[in-house]
Amino acid sequence: MAEKAIGCARPTGSVVGEEPAQEASSQGQKKEEEVAVSKIMVGRKAPDFAAPAYHQGEFKQVKLSDFLGKWIVLCFYPGDFTFV
Amino acid sequence: MMSVSVDTQFVHKIWNETELSKMVEGGVPFPMIADAAGHLGAVYGVYDDEAGVDVRGRFIIDPDGIIQAMEVLTPPVGRKVEESIRQIKAFQHVRETEGAEVTPSGWEPGKKVLKPGPDLVGRVWEVWKPGDE
Repeated sequence: MAEKAIGCARPTGSVVGEEPAQEASSQGQKKEEEVAVSKIMVGRKAPDFAAPAYHQGEFKQVKLSDFLGKWIVLCFYPGDFTFV
Repeated sequence: MMSVSVDTQFVHKIWNETELSKMVEGGVPFPMIADAAGHLGAVYGVYDDEAGVDVRGRFIIDPDGIIQAMEVLTPPVGRKVEESIRQIKAFQHVRETEGAEVTPSGWEPGKKVLKPGPDLVGRVWEVWKPGDE
C-alpha cells in the first residue's frame, strides 16, 4: 500500500468495501457509516476499513483485510492518556 | 492485535513514547489506529457520538474475516486480556475440529469438550457439570 505523505490534517480511518447489511429503509442514504446504523453481528463479516496508524516508530496505513488468514483482536478504547 | 481510538497516530506515538513504553518493554508491539472522525467506531457500533469517543469494544475476528466474539464495556472498567486469549483458543479449537467439538463454559485448553449430536441431547449432565472446567 502506498505510503501517504504525513501532513498536518487530522487524518482518519474510513470504512472500505461493501457496507454492512443495512435496513432496507436506509438504502437511499449516503454516508451510512456516519449515521451509525451498524448491523454488526457475531458470525457475520467484520466491516473492512483502512486507517492511519502508528506502529513501532512508523506511521502507516492499516487495512483490516490485509490480515485475512490471521486471528485478529480489534480493541477500541476511549482515549490515549486516560486512566484505564 | 490492533487498537483503535479517536486520537491521531501522532498522539499514539507520543503516548507510546512517554507512558506505555514504560509499562511494556519495547513499547506497544501492534498498530495503534487513528479513528479521529469515529467512522470505524460507528460501523462497529461502539462510537459514542455524545462523548465523541469510541467506547471499550473488543472484537475477535477469525482468519475468514468473520466476527466470532464481541465485548463492549463503558469506559471506567478495563478488560481482562486472559479472557480474550481463552476465547481465541476456544474458537481455534472449534475451528480445528470444524465444529465437531464445542467448548463448555469456563473451558481451557486440555479440558473437556462436548461433541454435539442426537445422543447428547438432554444428557450433557452425564458428561459435564459446573466445576469440570
